[in-house]
Amino acid sequence: MNLDAKIPAGPLADKWANHKAKLRLVNPANRCKYHVIVVGSGLAGGAAAATLGELGYQVSCFCYQDSPRRAHSIAAQGGINAAKNYQNDGDSARRLFLDTIKGGDYRAREANVYRLAQLSTSIVDQCVAQGVPFAREYGGLLANRSFGGAQVSRTFYARGQTGQQLLLGAYSALSRQIGLGSVRMHPRHEMLDVVLVGGHAKGIITRDLVTGEVKAHSADAVVLCTGGYGNVFYLSTNAQGCNVTATWRAHRRGAGFANPCYTQIHPTCIPVHGEDQAKLTLMSESLRNDGRVWVPKVAADCGRPPADIPEERRDYFLERKYPSYGNLAPRDIASRAAKEACDEGRGVGPAVDGKRLGVYLDFSASIARLGEGVIRERYGNLFDMYENITGENAYRQPMRIFPAVHYTMGGLWVDYNLQSTIPGLFVGGEANFSDHGANRLGASALMQGLADGYFVLPTTVADYLAGVGLAGRPSSDGPEFRAALKDVNDRVARVLSINGNRTARSYHKELGRIVWDRCGMARDRAGLERAIADIRGLREDFWRNVRVTGGADGLAPELERAGRVADFLEFGELMCRDALEREESCGGHFRTEHQDAGEARRDDGRFAHVAVWEWQGAGAAQRRHEEPLRYEEVQFSTRSYK
Amino acid sequence: MAADTPDRTLRLKLRVWRQRAGSPGAFEEHELAAVPVTASFLEMMDMLNEQLVRQGREAFAFDHDCREGICGMCSMTINGMPHGPIPGVTTCQLHMRNFRDGETITVEPWRARAFPVLKDLVVDRSGFDRVIQAGGFITVRTGSAPEANNTPVPKTVSDEAMDAAECIGCGACVASCKNGSAMLFVGAKVTHLSILPQGQPERERRALAMVKAMDEAGFGNCTNYGECQAHCPKSITLDVIARLNREYVRARVKEFFSTTGKPRKGGD
Ligand SMILES: Cc1cc2nc3c(=O)[nH]c(=O)nc-3n(C[C@H](O)[C@H](O)[C@H](O)COP(=O)(O)OP(=O)(O)OC[C@H]3O[C@@H](n4cnc5c(N)ncnc54)[C@H](O)[C@@H]3O)c2cc1C
Repeated sequence: MNLDAKIPAGPLADKWANHKAKLRLVNPANRCKYHVIVVGSGLAGGAAAATLGELGYQVSCFCYQDSPRRAHSIAAQGGINAAKNYQNDGDSARRLFLDTIKGGDYRAREANVYRLAQLSTSIVDQCVAQGVPFAREYGGLLANRSFGGAQVSRTFYARGQTGQQLLLGAYSALSRQIGLGSVRMHPRHEMLDVVLVGGHAKGIITRDLVTGEVKAHSADAVVLCTGGYGNVFYLSTNAQGCNVTATWRAHRRGAGFANPCYTQIHPTCIPVHGEDQAKLTLMSESLRNDGRVWVPKVAADCGRPPADIPEERRDYFLERKYPSYGNLAPRDIASRAAKEACDEGRGVGPAVDGKRLGVYLDFSASIARLGEGVIRERYGNLFDMYENITGENAYRQPMRIFPAVHYTMGGLWVDYNLQSTIPGLFVGGEANFSDHGANRLGASALMQGLADGYFVLPTTVADYLAGVGLAGRPSSDGPEFRAALKDVNDRVARVLSINGNRTARSYHKELGRIVWDRCGMARDRAGLERAIADIRGLREDFWRNVRVTGGADGLAPELERAGRVADFLEFGELMCRDALEREESCGGHFRTEHQDAGEARRDDGRFAHVAVWEWQGAGAAQRRHEEPLRYEEVQFSTRSYK
Repeated sequence: MAADTPDRTLRLKLRVWRQRAGSPGAFEEHELAAVPVTASFLEMMDMLNEQLVRQGREAFAFDHDCREGICGMCSMTINGMPHGPIPGVTTCQLHMRNFRDGETITVEPWRARAFPVLKDLVVDRSGFDRVIQAGGFITVRTGSAPEANNTPVPKTVSDEAMDAAECIGCGACVASCKNGSAMLFVGAKVTHLSILPQGQPERERRALAMVKAMDEAGFGNCTNYGECQAHCPKSITLDVIARLNREYVRARVKEFFSTTGKPRKGGD
């Protein structure tokens, strides 16, 4: 497996400019002769499809929702980072770069992260010009808030709906291209395979979710922006349809999968309330600007109403443990601290399965200082959402929060051009592994998705197209396409034929429990080994015993679910194997064997690399490869937020 | 209200719409026991579907995705009300604590001429996308944007734009309107873009193009029932319809006068 990251030579700050100057171009008159498939219409895919269309390429864009505007980027709440230094608090591209490398616990690629920090400012310009109504000061200029892992205020936001507004911006640019005919949109289509011709990605297989038709599409290049795989945990803050299918199918065709064990557990989510729950809801990290996290000092107080617990009997544990960042400690650290408090029996809220899994996020001090009106203006929609779900009013009593799966730093391996190990297959947004190392800082995913979509992919895909030339596009009824169609149809037939006695959802739930317990906030060798064995058993049982009703003609929600669960059952095992092999703790990957009194202990000697897994065929174990991380500018150091 | 714990459960009778493409459709009745009051409405529907699959029967198709009230995918008419009985809430954010033990709940798809049923509770809302494609944007090529703080926008203007921009495009406004009008949806987008300085150059063009596309997509006229405002999960108000009307008239007037002017010279 060739893992040449193709990092350009020269000083870090000049790499992207030098590289762009060397990339090949496609003559404007020739662009319409190239066809690019973009799978995904979130920030990454929507921005890429719109921009490629604008440049004159013929683009086909796919998403599984009924409209590109509904991609899960829509749910992002808190904000997007950009090194504008509007606050005059010492920000710069270099500082954003350093924060991101440190936040990622020294497991991200320097050159990619620096480029991301540089592009961040153009993103905000672009979005403002599109009409994104970011929060503003009374003088009419843009406002900022702070986010975890940074000591500057560089986060731009639109109330608690930043993702929605950014996505509507990208969607409007995309819609314009659809109206002009340069982008053909295929909503309600699920990608089920990538097709390779002569070793290059030249098309995809999709199922039309309305008619049930399985079809081949050919192109000169394929771009996957299909989001993260957090739903392997069943309960997560992801949308119900979020899946690993697109990236997993690409992996099975030869794309290396990088760092699958790097998953982010977000500290501020609404606690689990019961067995039939299908979804966890995030309460934006921005709340930690004005909320204080605490639990009672002693377990005996945990059942008391919070108002009855006096100040001196409360443990503001983040402020105590991490005085310089306090409640704004990075996510992995804040999550582990909450878990620890609950493991010590100091959790709050109703017990589920005999355990109280929750900590308080208390706004009373801020309300007293700023008034309820200010808090309402900043977070009103989040407080409303909290009340809808829990029936509790967080202006009157503290919120209860607990960590939940939120983001996946792992993904398909890509080089500096965002090209996977399959030539012609590019990957952007959360679907790739590139920029966040072992932990992502808040407000950085929106930035990365838009940097990839607006600025990186359109440039690097063009370079690939110029390189392969115009003779490259095969017909969609060639032998490779027919073989892939047959594979997909066979799989559908197989899953429908089992007619066993367990629902696909029940397998998903069980898988989720296995990986949450053993590959969640804390992991160890014995637990991971057991998880791998259990997942294998569950997968075998699935293929013997799953029951899918409703057939495959037309809208078939149970068939869709079964296909996604089947892929999660393969992927879950790889995630655990990756966690097992990485014998260190870093960022969101916490191996209990490797710690210094609760703080992650990295092993830079053995693990300063990206782990990349290569598919070896069904039934065979994947092979692990390494891309060493060479730092030119940054010194490895122990991450401290104390 | 009784204590809100998963232990408190409801037994429900459900009348749910079943329809295959091309056929007329009818209600099917089901009973569901032990629904926790802490469950969301869609979690209740998941329970029903799980029960059906276990019995070897077909699950109901319904649209849903983010389940946090922002993607606009969920679209059920519950006891005759789009998104159910609680104001300012989508179906996915409606929780079972708002229903009574033993209650009969009727679940239907959006009902509107411009939203044909695809299956069961799933409708085709692509008309909304066509309206946006016609003009619901500000033309700005990637990379050509000026520095963001070069154009100050008064906070009040930006806040008002945001109020309108919060629309999630779910279609409850259309489903609740006797005429199947999309004026609240279109008005929200036109308001958002026409009051921002960035939206000025295309202001008239946008209003005319979007209204034309709205009519072509088969949405009805607005006759001021106000049901759309009452059922909008994001509480978007009729003000946006008033503004849409003003923007449209303004654009028509400008169009009239501009066509009487001198022809423009071609470029080079
Ligand atoms: C609740 C929540 C809050 C967040 N808040 C923030 C925040 O404040 N700041 C921040 O920076 N980040 C935040 N994030 C993270 C961030 O929103 C995401 O990482 C980012 O939006 C992902 O964008 P994307 O374009 O990669 O993928 P998505 O937006 O998930 O889009 C994926 C696209 O791929 C399509 N797709 C997927 N699979 C298939 C398939 N098999 N076939 C066809 N199409 C497919 C989907 O239809 C969709 O169009 C948040 C995430 C969540 C869940």
